[in-house]
Amino acid sequence: MFIRLKPQKFVTKSGHSKLIPVPGVVNSNVLNMNKPLLKFTPSSIYCPAADIHIDPWKPVDRAIITHAHSDHAKFGCKHYLAHKDSESILRLRLGEDISLQTVEYGEEFSINGVKFSLHPAGHIIGSAQIRVEHKDEVWVASGDYKLQDDGFAAPFEPVKCNAFITESTFGLPIYKWPAQADIMNDISEWWRQNRMTGKASILMGYSLGKMQRLIKNLQPFDGAVFAHGATFNLNERLRAVGHDLPFIPLITKDTDRKLFRGALILAPGSVLNTSWIKKFEPYSTGYCSGWMAVRGAKNRKAIDRGFVLSDHADWNDLESAIAETGAQKVYVTHGYTDTYARWLNEKGIEAAEVKTMYGQEEEAAEEEIIAES
Amino acid sequence: MKRFTELFLQLDRTNKTNEKVELLKSYFLSAPDEDKIWALALFTGRRPPRKIKSSQVQEWALELAGIPYWLFRESYGSVGDLAETVSLILPQPTEVSEEKTLAEWFSGLADLKTASDEEKKDFILKAWRQLSAFEIFVFNKLLMGSFRIGVSQTLVTRAISEITDSTPAIISHRLMGSWDPASTSYKELIHSENAGDEYSKPYPFYLSYAIQGTVDDLGSPEDWFAEWKWDGIRSQIIYRDGEIYIWSRGEELITDKFPELHILKDHLPEGTVLDGELICFGETKPLSFNVLQTRIGRKNLTKKILEEAPAVFIAYDLMEFGGKDIRNEEQKARRKVLETIVNDAGIQAVFKLSPLIDFREWQELKDLHLRAREFAAEGFMLKHKEAPYLSGRKKGDWWKWKTDPLSIDAVLVYAQKGSGRRAELYTDYTFAVWDEDKLVPFAKAYSGLTDKEIGKVDYFIKRNTLEKFGPVRTVKAELVFEIGFEGINASTRHKSGIAVRFPRILRWRTDKTVNEADTLQNLKALLSQFN
Repeated sequence: MFIRLKPQKFVTKSGHSKLIPVPGVVNSNVLNMNKPLLKFTPSSIYCPAADIHIDPWKPVDRAIITHAHSDHAKFGCKHYLAHKDSESILRLRLGEDISLQTVEYGEEFSINGVKFSLHPAGHIIGSAQIRVEHKDEVWVASGDYKLQDDGFAAPFEPVKCNAFITESTFGLPIYKWPAQADIMNDISEWWRQNRMTGKASILMGYSLGKMQRLIKNLQPFDGAVFAHGATFNLNERLRAVGHDLPFIPLITKDTDRKLFRGALILAPGSVLNTSWIKKFEPYSTGYCSGWMAVRGAKNRKAIDRGFVLSDHADWNDLESAIAETGAQKVYVTHGYTDTYARWLNEKGIEAAEVKTMYGQEEEAAEEEIIAES
Repeated sequence: MKRFTELFLQLDRTNKTNEKVELLKSYFLSAPDEDKIWALALFTGRRPPRKIKSSQVQEWALELAGIPYWLFRESYGSVGDLAETVSLILPQPTEVSEEKTLAEWFSGLADLKTASDEEKKDFILKAWRQLSAFEIFVFNKLLMGSFRIGVSQTLVTRAISEITDSTPAIISHRLMGSWDPASTSYKELIHSENAGDEYSKPYPFYLSYAIQGTVDDLGSPEDWFAEWKWDGIRSQIIYRDGEIYIWSRGEELITDKFPELHILKDHLPEGTVLDGELICFGETKPLSFNVLQTRIGRKNLTKKILEEAPAVFIAYDLMEFGGKDIRNEEQKARRKVLETIVNDAGIQAVFKLSPLIDFREWQELKDLHLRAREFAAEGFMLKHKEAPYLSGRKKGDWWKWKTDPLSIDAVLVYAQKGSGRRAELYTDYTFAVWDEDKLVPFAKAYSGLTDKEIGKVDYFIKRNTLEKFGPVRTVKAELVFEIGFEGINASTRHKSGIAVRFPRILRWRTDKTVNEADTLQNLKALLSQFN
């Protein structure tokens, strides 16, 4: 067993946000930097008082996992704890027989007198910020997060804290997301035009997160939709545990190619420049990612359309998320860490850059894992 | 502006040539004439002179976005394009604008010439508040910087020729030269047979491909001319109506930069257009490109420079004779007339004929090819004796046969992010060779690797950075690459004491360790051998 939950544990009803009142008042200036509650070690974000690791990139005994993306959920730990909506994916990726305990959002548990709870991060299904409280001190490790409500993952919930560990994947002022509805309209319009000219629309993005978001928001579909194996597997996995997603047929070598004319094809980015994609001729390619905000990034991929759709916070949202925590100290992990930490410091928010393995080759690693599964 | 922005957006979305041509055609069929001429100007690199400094544009953008300069530089580092960076950091537009045409925007910008800084700022800020994000990007492009959007002049030429039922050669001829969009109409430029000052217009250059396989595949040697391939500035000399015009291959009028050639006025027959190479010439043989480089880009050509770097035109083709376009004549016929022109001119000191190489068998040429550098040439040009003078890069009648590059195994020591397509990747590298136990940088190179290799090198760089100086990273000395270059010269400006010409990555030597890379001694040996 991972931990023993306190007998008087507070079980929430639906597991979604706003169930536990977020501790609104945090004592300021209680940070004990001689013995920090969370430490950055060569293998994880570590809580010495509870002897527990958050998102370790090396095998450890006990790990709390913020979300099921492969750069945060690594193979080989003895015991895992995560939000219940991460379970099906974690078992798919790390092994059906891993020792995994799940909790609801807002459900409190204690280890060695350290109080933990998970709160929605809005990044992907099951993604959580980890709230850690000990002796009046509150730290939050947010993993990856976004503030936009994507219609599938539980929406981000601000958590007051003394120290906040933030990502900075898009920590430059050039990254500002358009409204999700506008992007979905652009995608629908692109699909419509391709349908008119008899082309297949190959829409690419991360299989975990982006694809469910697209499926949810492009409904009702205006034509036939098919899925690549990676997208299909995750969609079915999530459907099997009761998530409200439609069935999307799998593309096999026997699928009648005539059906692809005018259809929407959902696939991971790794299919680009492979022979798999040729069966859809004639086709147009679209790629969904925050990186698409910059023309160079789009052109480098040699795709027809880039759709600016990200599961990370943009520049403005990073700023408002951090401000809402009220944290006195901010640790900046993966992304534009040095730049973003400097910006915060110049604005009078004490911040430090932290080297982690998160976000490294996120995309490549992500797609490889999916291809294997 | 909306229509042009939409064209820009759509062109940016496709990498298929045919689709681009279709988009261009539909734009040029539907846009107002006064906009078309501006669009043509932009597509052919004729952006009007900038009225506002980039630094000012940048300053105002920072002010509006509320970010510090260093953060702007970081952002620019990730975008790789100034106009785009500015458009991305600006807040959402707040005012509704009335649509202005491209021509109206340009005339507004032209009026700024005499405006005060305050007026300029008002104009720009107003535009930024009114235009959508993508329009701002296009607008910024008009304000500053180059206007490259993945549309070559060839594509534009094709589109225009298809909608006007003219041949591409005619259109590309009409698009050449020094026309100004502010004073030229689209009709005049594209539709009129003989409008305005036609005299300065050059012909499109015939560009060759590198030979594939061996010369034996070209068939019988007697069908071919062979000439040395000179390492200078490919140029066209036009003598019409008593005036001389010198054009570079980049379609730049460079007449003023070569005063010693103006004497040709008195020695060429009226209506002559020559193709050839501008090089610097010593007593008996060409000087290296480095010497020519000392005078390119100078505003003032001093007496000293003219003495140290005397320019010569080596003629190798004739496109117009007696005012008549003779590009469809056979190579050997054109050559014959060319020989007469050069001999009759009788000014060998500045106007020479590119000699034909006497050979009977391909083998003779192969032997000589190995010694090309001794003759200060880059290799051979092979031209079919019956070939017409084509326009643009075409296969078949002309081939370039270059010498193998010099090469050296060097160590990757610094890296910098690329721009444009490669803005997020470390693609610009500096390479070093060993000087005893120290690595001395000697060349920068950024091409020659596959996308996959670039990805791997980028991965290595991001994990093996020792130090950062602004955008430059010092990288752990571990990766070895074979660096090729076309020439080598002594240099006082480089720490290594050596400057190489056209350095590029030939291949990644994954089989070599750092200690097996070449030394400065090896480089110096090449220097003394070839210079």
